[in-house]
Amino acid sequence: MPVTTIAGREIDVDAEGFLTKPEQWDEALAETLAANIGITLTEAHWAPIRFLRTDFQTQKETATLRRVSTVGGIPVKELFALFPGKPAKKMSYIAGLQKPKGCV
Amino acid sequence: MSTPIVPSFDDAAGSGRKLAIICSKGNLDMAYPGLILANAALGEGIETHLFFTFWGFDMINKATMGDLKFTFVGNTAMHMPGHSSGIHHMLGALPGATAGATAMMKKMIADLDVPEVPEFLEMLTASGCHMWACRMSADMNKLTEDDLYDGVEAIISASNFIEITEGAQLLFI
Repeated sequence: MPVTTIAGREIDVDAEGFLTKPEQWDEALAETLAANIGITLTEAHWAPIRFLRTDFQTQKETATLRRVSTVGGIPVKELFALFPGKPAKKMSYIAGLQKPKGCV
Repeated sequence: MSTPIVPSFDDAAGSGRKLAIICSKGNLDMAYPGLILANAALGEGIETHLFFTFWGFDMINKATMGDLKFTFVGNTAMHMPGHSSGIHHMLGALPGATAGATAMMKKMIADLDVPEVPEFLEMLTASGCHMWACRMSADMNKLTEDDLYDGVEAIISASNFIEITEGAQLLFI
């Protein structure tokens, strides 16, 4: 697996660029990850990102869009507005997690 | 310093990929493939259109959308998912067999945290899905837009649908 330099730090990623070691992530890194994909983080973005991180602690896998909406309480429509195009993948990337495995 | 490895998320959205799914079945088990694929496509930033026709109307008819059935009758697989042993063809036709099989399948779907059909449609609408109802099916069933799920944009003719989905990849379910 490749190692890339993000915000002056050595970060382990997969071939696509998703972080493979969630423990290398912190909120400062998230700002750079977001900027890498053209997103400026606001408080509205932080809610789902923090949910993904918290949920990952217990579930050991990345929450799907549906889980962010039903368990995290953030409407799907809002997630599409905050992370246009591919919300589930963009959120996971910024949260330093792998993209979700679930179908729904 | 080398360029960091960053996922290229905006390729598909920018390339104008478009998917059209024709939903023509009203069985519970045949409703889900279209819904799940639409959801996946929307999550990839792909413009997605669903066209409901014939029995697929049951998926968007407010009177039936929450009550689709799974039946062993006429189902050549004749078993529940995860159970390799089938049940005898004749038993599937007994009173209560369809209700039991439907309840069991609904529970399996709910256990995977996959929503029931009406809630699934809401989720697709929130994700920006376009939904269309077939004119001929509406006429045959004597239904108007008021009878249909609110996210359905219009009742349109087959030729309108062909126009709207120009250049789209197409699935018939």
